[in-house]
Amino acid sequence: MSILINKQSRVITQGITGKTGQFHTRNCLDYAEGKDCFVAGVTPGKGGQEFEGIPIFDSVAEARAETGADVSVIYVPPPFAAAAIDEAVAAGIKTVICITEGVPVKDMILTRDRMRESDAVLVGPNCPGVITPGEIKIGIMPGYIHTQGRIGVVSRSGTLTYEVVDQLTKLGMGQSSCVGIGGDPVNGLKHLDVMKRFNDDPDTDAVVMCGEIGGSDEEECAEWISQHMKKPVAAFIAGVTAPPGKRMGHAGAIIAGGRGTAADKISALESAGVTVTANPAEIGLAMCDAIDKS
Amino acid sequence: MKANDRFYFELGKNSDGKLAMKVHEYQAKEILRARGVPVPRGSACFTVDEAMAAATDLAGDRWVVKSQIHAGGRGKGGGVRVVDSLEGVREAAEAMLGMMLVTHQTGPEGQQVNRLLVEEGVEIARELYVGLVIDRSSQRVVVMVSSEGGTEIEEVAATHPEKIFKKFVDPKIGLTEPEAVEMMAQLDLDPPQAAEGGRFLRLLFEAFWETDASLAEINPLVITADDGVIALDAKFNFDDNALFRHPDIVAMRDTDEEDPAELEASAVGLSYIALDGNIGCLVNGAGLAMATMDIIKLYGAEPANFLDVGGGATTDQVTEAFKIMLRNPDLKAILVNIFGGIMRCDVLAEGLVQAAQEVKLEIPLVVRLEGTNVERGREILEKSGLDMITATTMADAAEKVVAATGN
Repeated sequence: MSILINKQSRVITQGITGKTGQFHTRNCLDYAEGKDCFVAGVTPGKGGQEFEGIPIFDSVAEARAETGADVSVIYVPPPFAAAAIDEAVAAGIKTVICITEGVPVKDMILTRDRMRESDAVLVGPNCPGVITPGEIKIGIMPGYIHTQGRIGVVSRSGTLTYEVVDQLTKLGMGQSSCVGIGGDPVNGLKHLDVMKRFNDDPDTDAVVMCGEIGGSDEEECAEWISQHMKKPVAAFIAGVTAPPGKRMGHAGAIIAGGRGTAADKISALESAGVTVTANPAEIGLAMCDAIDKS
Repeated sequence: MKANDRFYFELGKNSDGKLAMKVHEYQAKEILRARGVPVPRGSACFTVDEAMAAATDLAGDRWVVKSQIHAGGRGKGGGVRVVDSLEGVREAAEAMLGMMLVTHQTGPEGQQVNRLLVEEGVEIARELYVGLVIDRSSQRVVVMVSSEGGTEIEEVAATHPEKIFKKFVDPKIGLTEPEAVEMMAQLDLDPPQAAEGGRFLRLLFEAFWETDASLAEINPLVITADDGVIALDAKFNFDDNALFRHPDIVAMRDTDEEDPAELEASAVGLSYIALDGNIGCLVNGAGLAMATMDIIKLYGAEPANFLDVGGGATTDQVTEAFKIMLRNPDLKAILVNIFGGIMRCDVLAEGLVQAAQEVKLEIPLVVRLEGTNVERGREILEKSGLDMITATTMADAAEKVVAATGN
């Protein structure tokens, strides 16, 4: 099975009529059970129209009332993305996946604060999305590199996640679910939240985690792993060569005030019993090692 | 430190990251002054004559002449002078304008001083510290105050964490004046000083919040001899993602303070950072770009740059990326590592061929393509007749590019 999403998920696409929304909705429809899963689109002012046979509504509330959807994916432009998350949460959507890159931090602070009163879960923003191979793909990752299996993947970056998944698939290790949590400083699920879900998922046997410099999410996750994790974990941390004070593309990826270095994260993970590789070409092999050792 | 204390200095602190827009001290003070936050009287000057005119206008018998560069540590580098005569203002301005100011944040070559701030002198009774940053863990703005003004706050955080008082601000309400006064009272201020300080802190928070700042630092915040509270220095960084709603702040950008190659790259939508090595990397995605730098190092060489072409690079962007990398005279080879998702490998391959032809590439080029339409992409590269080395995995690519540099 999986975490967060599966073939029973019913998905609303917010921003379905934009260029990005259209492109990725087509790909998601074509993947596995996508045609049954993607049940509605939302673009204010375009209610009543259709896209690829998917009905479009003016609001998430209407779309949810008509279709009973429980998941939404957001492709709306950055100035409106946080409001789109708010709308989905207010309409009772339980899992909100925000792909949009470039959302102002202040907007996310306010949105995350409003979410304190709700049990909805946010993935992203600035993330590739979530995929449960063989069932459903919600987001922008290339579906064909994934295979159904029992390895969980959680990562802060996009293409590096594809690299890891590709390695796993080529080594014959399919994936239960792959979650891109995004590279922004104020976001939804963290490594730790996803790790807990994989630990509880009966259909996940082991987990690969990709982190990068900046923040201390990986360290906090390592602390939890050392106490509670029942399954083998392999990890790679990007940015060993990144100099302090330079932001490496992602808004969160910066070594500042001497904190958040790759070395800090690697040592925290190693002391938690995680198999850490320094070679990004051998992350799949590190997973094999971690499983062999367990 | 406990885990929670680790990242108060997360966004932009001591950072040269070009993605968090910075402004000069005088511009930060203009932002504060416009919002009623007390700052010394003063004005920005580009010439010695302007400095003299500014000092004459300010009158009084003491002036401070401050070099305006984005890097911190200006005082220690000789970039700030307190003078007691107009002749002193002239000497200071003549000495500073055009000088290469070296501080612990500029690198050994220093940064040229093109602007000065000439201010009235302030009678200092006490120096305090105030800082505001985004705290990732609580997902709130954290306000920090300390009695240890004037020193590096990281030092205080490391040696005397108990001397830093913090407040995580509820974004629905903001920082209320009673909360702000209570914070300042923790620094052993008299009630009138705490009241003034609290007002200062509330107004500073409002300025931070209104402008979508990612960092604000007032170090030192000064209690004057007559119980006034005033920002002697001011540093502000802003969230790039929110600049679209602040054209007034965008207008404050000083491109003289930015690396020309990084500026050029950002103008065409590339994220580029120059490093010290000799192997250029062109990669899609920030995480994969960092991993590519790491694997080059692992195979015994050093990356010359970080370069993320993003999710949908065009031929023009790839050509521009090659040109920017090739301007580095030390460059010995280029490694292209693309994992096509949205970006199709065939489109990327066509762009690569065109770019390599246009820039007349004379150093080894190693290309590793994987992902969407990879077979067609590889075919295009093979048929192009271009002299390039193809690789299948990241390890293969790293090994080949390091070998190609003769390391």
